[in-house]
Amino acid sequence: MTAMLTRPGDAVRAERDSFSQLLHAEWTKFRTVRGWVIGMIVGGLLIIAVNLIPGGQCGGMQANGQPGPGGPGCALTLGPTGQAVTDSFYFVHQPMGPTGNITVRVTSLTGSYSPGSSPGQRAASALQPWSKAGIIIKASTRPGSAYAAMMVTGSHGVRMQWDYTRDTPGLGGAVSETAPRWLRLTRAGDTITGYDSADGAHWTRVGIATLPRLSAAVQAGLFAASPGSSNVTSQSASGSSASGESTQATAAFDRVALRRMSPGSRWRGTSIGTGPNPGNQPRGGGYRQSGGTLTVTGSGDIAPKLPGGDGGTAGSVADTEAGTFAGLIAVLVVATMFITAEFRRGLIRVTLTASPRRGRVLAAKVIVLGAVTFLVGLPAAYIALLTGERKQHAGGISTYPVPALTEARLIVGTAALLAVAAVLALGIGAALRRGAAAVTAVIAVIVLPYFFAGPLSVLPAGAAEWLLRLTPAAGFSIQQAYPRYLQLDASYTPGNGYFPLAPWAGFAVLCLWAALALGLAGYLLRRRDA
Amino acid sequence: MTQAPPAQRACPAETSRPRRTSMRDALHAEWTKARTLPGNGWLHLAAIALTVVVSAAVAAAVRCPSGHCAEDPAKISLTGIYLGQAVIAIVAVLAVSSEYSTGMIRVTLAAMPRRATMLAAKAAVLTGPVLVAGAVAVLGSVLAGRLILPGHGIGPAHGYPDLSLASGPVLRAAVGSVLYLTLIALLSLGIAAAVRDGAAAIGIVLGLLYLFPILGQMVGSGTWHRHLEQLAPMTAGLAIQATTGLHSLPISPWAGLGVLAGWTAAALLTGVILLGLRDA
Repeated sequence: MTAMLTRPGDAVRAERDSFSQLLHAEWTKFRTVRGWVIGMIVGGLLIIAVNLIPGGQCGGMQANGQPGPGGPGCALTLGPTGQAVTDSFYFVHQPMGPTGNITVRVTSLTGSYSPGSSPGQRAASALQPWSKAGIIIKASTRPGSAYAAMMVTGSHGVRMQWDYTRDTPGLGGAVSETAPRWLRLTRAGDTITGYDSADGAHWTRVGIATLPRLSAAVQAGLFAASPGSSNVTSQSASGSSASGESTQATAAFDRVALRRMSPGSRWRGTSIGTGPNPGNQPRGGGYRQSGGTLTVTGSGDIAPKLPGGDGGTAGSVADTEAGTFAGLIAVLVVATMFITAEFRRGLIRVTLTASPRRGRVLAAKVIVLGAVTFLVGLPAAYIALLTGERKQHAGGISTYPVPALTEARLIVGTAALLAVAAVLALGIGAALRRGAAAVTAVIAVIVLPYFFAGPLSVLPAGAAEWLLRLTPAAGFSIQQAYPRYLQLDASYTPGNGYFPLAPWAGFAVLCLWAALALGLAGYLLRRRDA
Repeated sequence: MTQAPPAQRACPAETSRPRRTSMRDALHAEWTKARTLPGNGWLHLAAIALTVVVSAAVAAAVRCPSGHCAEDPAKISLTGIYLGQAVIAIVAVLAVSSEYSTGMIRVTLAAMPRRATMLAAKAAVLTGPVLVAGAVAVLGSVLAGRLILPGHGIGPAHGYPDLSLASGPVLRAAVGSVLYLTLIALLSLGIAAAVRDGAAAIGIVLGLLYLFPILGQMVGSGTWHRHLEQLAPMTAGLAIQATTGLHSLPISPWAGLGVLAGWTAAALLTGVILLGLRDA
């Protein structure tokens, strides 16, 4: 000590050394408490172990009477960008070359319940908000192929949509005899431009779609589709209370004008996507031609497909990380004890004697705990993803594909969620100093809001969403794997893996809470006697 | 520990009058400890307040404009139990773990060497106040539901059963919820006796309670989901709160409470066995 004091040049180095020594001291404390190391490992294993619980099955019976995984109904239709899509509608089409255009006037769009569908609690009108009919240019009649379409919809006005996920609004208002809608699609190579008009004279460009590597010969024509009705029977946030019924949309087209079609071709009607996929698929459709009017009836939808919309024939990639909750509780207990045990044993007095600057002690604890938790969480989340997907595939369930970046965010985000939650627990533990109370408080602010918003299904959706915006449970947003689409009415509930905040925004809320807890802990640690 | 016996042996008057520490003494000792800890009363009050506030908040948030929602008024007005039980669990865990953290347990066991009796006394002393706190919390919650719910489309005017303790199912839900809280307290006591550390014990208790429903929703489907709901201490135990749609429940109300009682018995048994085997 005297040597250091006599050489002022060493003061800076000593300062720096003391923090690395502090880190080393905290790491030694963590490493040498057997229960904490075991707790962390158990936390990591729990994240993976939840995937050992048998999940759902998809597929019919095998020849020997045993249920066999897989089957035609379990496969997902994939769109041009590799994501799962619904592609079923009635298509009245002709071949089209590399350039050309198609123009129609739509005079009506009506809805009806599909024949043979069981009448449940029916809404007044069978026309769904996203019932759609219009003109479409599609690479082929294969489900999932690239397309661009101009359409009138049940209650969202004129839209231009392409490649399942893209959606641009055009003219507003409903279509009728007195307020018809003119639609036009123009193809030039890979580029398809959509126009709309209220009078057939003044045209407005709605959008430009680029469909990469679109083949020279495509199909162009008229279409109609109507998704199943969703009669929400309960206002609770659980997604299971909605019952659907198959509907049909019928649209009347006249003034159909085609340019640069193959010579001598006639209209052909095809029901797209009604292959061997029983259950959630529409029953046909059709078209009628009288005079200059074409009437097309169709059912189904042309849209992205998301988890939770069907009877569990495909799984969400977020479900593979369901074990996060189990692992989180173990991690929170260890994180709380990392500070409360010092108070309980009186070790804190030794710690603070060795390093009187209390803020730095807290900082060292945060760094050691955060790093350890992150490094345990990362491989656990990765293995959980692999085992979870393997479990789904073993049950014949295909996993809704996600981009590689989303997968990476899911893994890194889960580890980061654990680490920041551990830091929050450390802060609350330092403030409360009592292990049992601190653990309860942390679980009450992180796990309980999710529980109230999701599985409990007592709260109305609005209140449940506010819980997931304001509390530390917002951090679970980082595990949302699939985006919401305006053009798809689905049950976007926490139970189905949808959070009210964007992934990183929700994570930021958790970080904010952790920072607040640390601030409070630092303040109290300085103010109080140890 | 080893120094104490010679002092007793040195006093012949004591040995000639062997006064066995009875259950009454143990109860008295435990009651004194519980009574004189200031935090205990506050925790009971917190459990009551949290239960009533959360119940009232949920009742205020639920809307049923159409009057045809599949809601259970008793279940809604008792939602606060989901949070209140966590505080009750703290009370129970601290009853054991605080003795270990301060070293008091060695004094306790020196005075009352029969460890099972000590734990039984602790359980008895814990049960009384929890029963009282639970009853107050449940009555407050039901009252809040009775006042708030009819204004939100869930009341007798809309064809829902009246939220009155005179009706059988509502009484079962109310009494059952008080029993549920008591069983949770005993479950926590058993786990705390087995684990000894407060933070770890409360982590195990809350994990046992909250994890099952969350996992059930995310991974289970079909039969597995149902089995999880039948076996999980919280979902099974709180089946007692159901007053409508009893046929669609995964487990019947009293059988559900029985499942929780089984968990509690197992936890207490584990606690007693480990307490007897280990050094304090």
